[in-house]
Amino acid sequence: MANITLNINNKEYQLDADPQMPLLWAIRDMAGLKGTKYGCGVAQCGACVVHMDGEAVRSCVTRLSRAEGKKVVTIEGLSETNNHPVQQAWQQVDVPQCGYCHSGQIMSAAVLLRENPNPSDQDIDDAMAGNICRCGTYLRIRKAIHLAAEMQQKTAKG
Amino acid sequence: MKPHNTTKPSRYFPTKTVFALSAMLFITAAVASAFRNKEEGPVGKIIINKDSIESVKAFASVYKVLMSPRCMNCHPAGDVPLQGEDSHLHTMMPKRGKDGTGVSAMKCANCHQETNTPGLHTPPGNPKWHLPPADMKMVFQGKTPHELAKQLIDPNQNGHKNMEQLIEHASDTLVLAGWNPGEGRKLPPLSHKEFKKAWITWLTKGAYAPAPKPQ
Repeated sequence: MANITLNINNKEYQLDADPQMPLLWAIRDMAGLKGTKYGCGVAQCGACVVHMDGEAVRSCVTRLSRAEGKKVVTIEGLSETNNHPVQQAWQQVDVPQCGYCHSGQIMSAAVLLRENPNPSDQDIDDAMAGNICRCGTYLRIRKAIHLAAEMQQKTAKG
Repeated sequence: MKPHNTTKPSRYFPTKTVFALSAMLFITAAVASAFRNKEEGPVGKIIINKDSIESVKAFASVYKVLMSPRCMNCHPAGDVPLQGEDSHLHTMMPKRGKDGTGVSAMKCANCHQETNTPGLHTPPGNPKWHLPPADMKMVFQGKTPHELAKQLIDPNQNGHKNMEQLIEHASDTLVLAGWNPGEGRKLPPLSHKEFKKAWITWLTKGAYAPAPKPQ
């Protein structure tokens, strides 16, 4: 065990934890932020995606030792009032079915739109292929990402 | 009184002669340097001692390792890395990206940590995990021994590496990761020590390419 300081959603958490422990454990069980989900535990499904220094890492395989000193953002910290363009588009299109995978989907989509503000269908497939949805909402996910891109561009122009 | 001698002392060469001698010396040095690089002798700290038979024999061992899944899986013919002992396309279809580290939400380091993730068939790790970049793909998959040998020593296809850098590359941490593949993955067919010995032998014996197969 070790004293570890984590910055999650701009808040400092002092943890007494094993540096080899997955970041997901700290987010859910120590910081109490339950929006990020446990899916496969081996970086295969994308349900646990959070941002670490802006990258869409899989928190189930990311060790605390790697996260220490970096800025971690979870679905709860993506925006002040759930008003990130991706979140707004997700609501408008009514994307989720069961919803379990969608915090990971949204976090991945947010990185895609930051790096590629006007993605093609192929760009979306390339970026989102690691986020699995058992309900099969892929068509709505794609539609919502296009809508979020439009919203983001309007905001940037306005 | 002896008159002052206004002519130049005989120990001075005329300007034209000095220029001509300098040019000859420069050309001689340049030719000798090129000769050292192309023929036997030292290349930097490396001693080249050409022997085509030994070189090609060593490359047979090198080739077996480079074409094993632990090496070839990250040197694919396409833009998606390979996985497993059968070198199938990586699940989730991550793409190479411009610099070889993936694209947007699908970057290699999003899943591949600095060390192997514990557990069977979990993501192997290395701080430098990546594919070759898009502008120099360094493809191993599908290459014949002749093609691969030629590619490996061509700076325009090998990441701009010279002889010394090629030899050093055998000890690169990402190369070494092939011998620490994580649970459920086979090791390359030779030990790293054997591979490195064969690699250096191939290079220092002249880096000969095996003959192309007859058509």
